Amino acid sequence: MTEYLLLFISAAIVNNFVLTRFLGLCIFFGVSKRLDASLGMGMAVTSVITLSSILAWVVYNFVLLPLDLVFLKTVVFVLLIASFVQLLEMVIKKYAPALYGMWGIYLLLIATNCVVLGVPLINAESNFTLMKSIVNALGSGVGFAIAIVLMASLREKLEYADVPKPLQGMGIAFILAGMLALSFLGFSGMIKI
Amino acid sequence: MRNLWNIYKKGLIDENPIFVLALSLCPALAVTTSVVNAFTMGLSVMFVITANNVSVSLIRNLVNPKVRVPVYITSIATIVTFVELVLEAFAPLLYKELGIYLALVVVFAIILARAEVFASKNKVIPSFFDGLGMGSGFTLAMVIIGVIRELLGSGTILGHTVLGAWYNPALIMILPPGAFLLIGYMIGGLKIYEAKKAKKLREVDAQ
Repeated sequence: MTEYLLLFISAAIVNNFVLTRFLGLCIFFGVSKRLDASLGMGMAVTSVITLSSILAWVVYNFVLLPLDLVFLKTVVFVLLIASFVQLLEMVIKKYAPALYGMWGIYLLLIATNCVVLGVPLINAESNFTLMKSIVNALGSGVGFAIAIVLMASLREKLEYADVPKPLQGMGIAFILAGMLALSFLGFSGMIKI
Repeated sequence: MRNLWNIYKKGLIDENPIFVLALSLCPALAVTTSVVNAFTMGLSVMFVITANNVSVSLIRNLVNPKVRVPVYITSIATIVTFVELVLEAFAPLLYKELGIYLALVVVFAIILARAEVFASKNKVIPSFFDGLGMGSGFTLAMVIIGVIRELLGSGTILGHTVLGAWYNPALIMILPPGAFLLIGYMIGGLKIYEAKKAKKLREVDAQ
């Protein structure tokens, strides 16, 4: 149990998805202007990462490993995840229209993105068991959600700040992310796995 | 000939993938801790973009537009796998340092964007030069960021000591926060430059 807990904290905070591993930056900067949108995005990313990690784990361990096709994992994972997200979008649209209205648009944004491709690749490289893969995916998703929600809250406040003209927009967003990363650096070395 | 040079040139500066289009930022931050890593990543991306542009341009009349994106992604993923295998065989240390980011080249927005915007509508030779130009622009930006980070963060360039013993390396530059801060200030600097250029143009117009 402790092992899983440590893995979760390591994925969520110590090796934060965005701020220390630099994954999913496009979405991190693109969707963090408003708090509610970033909350939706965080949830969408967490669930998609977890589901596609399970799928990728099954394919990796039952198809690629026995057939000795591990070198194809990049090709297979990309196609697998992209088609899975499309399917998920259709299912949600049909059976849960309210949910679709809330974060349907985000699903398409993350179909082919380093956010969702990264975790299955890390799982495959570290030879995680199914349970560990799920915990790692959940942790990474929650870490992403924490980072993007923090960023959105800061950027909403920033609307009223007097930012030097050349730094307005993306410039100050990056500097802000730097400050956040600096504070997350405080967690480094807390857990060694 | 001149036309091809223009296609090449626009990716280098005017439409630089990192500084101007702000695409594919993940690698620009993740693997620029040293010049060697940044340069290898740049070359890999340049190869993938060029090879993918050529292959997309070759099959542009055969692919049904409805399934074009999966076809492009498969093409990109195949080329990336090729690059991965080559690097793993001939430069295992570098391969290890680039790690997962090399595989993630598959989902770089810039590569799919060039296939969609340029290669699917143009002949093979212009597509080749477009890929080469975009790739060179990407490599250039990566190397610039890599040089600044390695110089300030460890006082070296390509592993050679440049700043002497008096320099106390600013470790933050090779850690994640330094990358974010540097890119932020670089975007600001670029905006100042562009504003000055626009002002000059206006003055010339006024006269």
